[in-house]
Amino acid sequence: MTRYSFGTITAMLTVIAWRNVWRNHRRTLIMLGAIAVGVWAMIWLTAIMRGMVDQMITDSIKNLIAHVQIHAPAYRDDPSIANSMPAPSDSLQQALQDPAIQTWSTRVRVPAVISSERESAGVTLVGISPLREREMLFLAGAVTDGRYLQSPRDDGVIIGAKLAERLETRLGWRIVIMSQDPDNDIVDRGFRVVGIFDTEMEATETSYVFTGLQSAQEFLKMGSQVSELAVLTNDYRHEQPIVDKLRDAAPDLEVLPWQEIDKYLATMLNVVEGFVWVWFIVVFIAMSFGLVNTLLMAVFERTREIGLIQALGMKPRLILLQVLIESFFLLSVGLVFGNLLSWLSIIPIQDGWDISALGVEGLEYAGMSTMLYPVVQASDVILSNVVVIVLGLIASLYPAWRAARHVPVEAITRI
Amino acid sequence: MGINLTLAWRNLWRHPRRTGLTLAAIVFSDVLLVWMIALQLGQYDMMIDNTLQSFTGHVQIQAHGYLDNPQMRRTVPDAIELAAHIRQELHNTNSHTEAKINAHVSARAMGFALVSSEKRSYGAQIAGVQPQYEPQVSVIPGLIQQGRYLSGPDREEAVIGSVMARNLKAGIGDELTLLGSGKDGSFAAAVVPIVGIYESGNTELDRQLVQLPLRYFQDVFSMRGSAHSIVVTATSHEQTQNLTARLRNLIHDDNLDVVNWERLQPGLKQAIQADFSTAWLMYGVLVALVAFSVLNTFLMSVLERTREFGIMLALGVTPGKVGRLVWTESFFMAVTGMLFGIAAGAAFTTYFVIHGFSYPGMEELASKFNLPDRFYPALNSVSLLLGPGVIFIATLLAALWPATRIHLLKPVEAMQAV
Repeated sequence: MTRYSFGTITAMLTVIAWRNVWRNHRRTLIMLGAIAVGVWAMIWLTAIMRGMVDQMITDSIKNLIAHVQIHAPAYRDDPSIANSMPAPSDSLQQALQDPAIQTWSTRVRVPAVISSERESAGVTLVGISPLREREMLFLAGAVTDGRYLQSPRDDGVIIGAKLAERLETRLGWRIVIMSQDPDNDIVDRGFRVVGIFDTEMEATETSYVFTGLQSAQEFLKMGSQVSELAVLTNDYRHEQPIVDKLRDAAPDLEVLPWQEIDKYLATMLNVVEGFVWVWFIVVFIAMSFGLVNTLLMAVFERTREIGLIQALGMKPRLILLQVLIESFFLLSVGLVFGNLLSWLSIIPIQDGWDISALGVEGLEYAGMSTMLYPVVQASDVILSNVVVIVLGLIASLYPAWRAARHVPVEAITRI
Repeated sequence: MGINLTLAWRNLWRHPRRTGLTLAAIVFSDVLLVWMIALQLGQYDMMIDNTLQSFTGHVQIQAHGYLDNPQMRRTVPDAIELAAHIRQELHNTNSHTEAKINAHVSARAMGFALVSSEKRSYGAQIAGVQPQYEPQVSVIPGLIQQGRYLSGPDREEAVIGSVMARNLKAGIGDELTLLGSGKDGSFAAAVVPIVGIYESGNTELDRQLVQLPLRYFQDVFSMRGSAHSIVVTATSHEQTQNLTARLRNLIHDDNLDVVNWERLQPGLKQAIQADFSTAWLMYGVLVALVAFSVLNTFLMSVLERTREFGIMLALGVTPGKVGRLVWTESFFMAVTGMLFGIAAGAAFTTYFVIHGFSYPGMEELASKFNLPDRFYPALNSVSLLLGPGVIFIATLLAALWPATRIHLLKPVEAMQAV
């Protein structure tokens, strides 16, 4: 009797397994369909979820959060003018030259009261350097009426559309802003409305009023003091080294990354990480029932055949191996289709997908935009494929073990 | 008929393992759907009730246009008297046609002022409330951390939120100066002592709201007896529709609107809708995967019995009858799966109804929507039956195709099949 090497046997088993897979093409196709839909659901839904959260973070970062903020230590608990800080020191300026920093800017940010002839409202007055904020702040792209601020000396104000409606004021009209100077005295001054901005979130429109940085400093009699220094890095996921560097450069100030400024956002990011895993496992379990069933059927209908080859001297572990190879083929072909399906379903929406057309409402309330940009992360695609292959093979151990366990004589005589 | 049912049931169990696995797939998805939907509904109930009870109430009566543009001069005239009248009417429901509604009513006026302590000034919302009725429509009076709540309708006193107290660097007994403008545009000013500080946990609320007794508010802001809203709160948001209808019958003034919470808090309704529509995507995938599993099982069960069906057809059983047999089998499978699914889903979910459900990071997410850090699923007929029902239908639909294959069988060929 010729003795074959393990390699040769495996090669033979592989051919047999591949043919076995297609002995019942209908059943195989349905199973492939199930695997493909499962993998598609894993990849596509994860890309959508990630896209939503990414969008949320990008939007929020532009909504006066930025990647890193520097304040006087007491400012966050009590955001008043008394807790302002001096303009950045030389060592801080030096640290801000880091190539990982895209841009930075100082801001005045204090509570104020805005009044028209008819109405008053509580707002936050924000003094900015308009050119430096172009990339960092949503405002430049959101002015729908009038103009954006021109320089830190610009003493016009830009207010939200909803606030303009509440105050019954409009472009070109004057409003009065009232706040406090560092000596606790009330200061007030008339400003001309030079721009109206429109955002998806109503709260932003009613809460913020923008003017030039120096104009705000003069109005509030605060000299060159500022409330906040905002930093935009190259990547919101890797701002920690910059935070450390800035902390060293400004030891008496509070340097915070966005995760600590908006804990909700940071948590959201973590919850999505967790959700990806839970979702993969759930989809896999729902899918695995079908997989195990299909393989069990494939093994049962071949009881006689398996008995025969065992009687002819095939070792049980090789039968086990053969069923596992069949399962591997099923899984990998299913994965190919699943990945293809995901790719096909993401291509048409990769430049943005307006989900308001689907009747999905209320995203604004949750701080999300209605334009969705799916984010396909290589790690998610790899993870979903690995989960399906590895757990799929583990689940196939049961049918494979059943096949290998047949007693040859009984199996042959069974019809 | 009896023999058909017996046959179908026995056919189903010819492959106990296969049937068992398919049932397991159905039960797994059922349990997951029951649990997820119950959790979702529970979360919505909590979101709605918590948000509304904190301040908004279920229904408000407001001047026409106030909702879109909450301005000082859009008022409800003689609000205190109107509130008393509505309170009376709602309590006195003795007619047989109208169900009794257990509701609380309180009038409120809202204004804006620059609030100053000795050290600091902030702009803030000022609410004039009825101290004797406000505790029934809002949770704020119950959240007083220091001092006490307002004690009488015309007392000159104020309660403020904890964040505002911190920012103003003011405490109980300190005086606040309010500067604003009255309803008629006149200058409104007052000096009031702080008698209480509340803490709701919602930073915005704790930062922005000052409460004064309504009559005192009316004096300061020249309201001449008017207010801005009459807040009505029922025991649960499910009574909103009923309540709105009752109030519409009671109000005969064209200048007044009865506004329910869905319009008062459009964001809340929308957040729920957004959440629900994204969740359906996940449910759809689960249902589709189960359907594939069932489809495969029945296709196998039909294919492997080609000979058997051939013989039955040759013996004169009509294809329709054989088709019905297969259909009955799938029906049994679907029903069994559903029953086990509902039972297991109910058992699994009940655990969380008792102990609550939480996940890492939920505290931060929940506080943004004013929720407690633990959810309790709402186990009711909707959450219990919706998911299993959809899977039941999907299962039956998936079994249709294999059953129709029988009509294509030719008896002689079929009998020769291996």
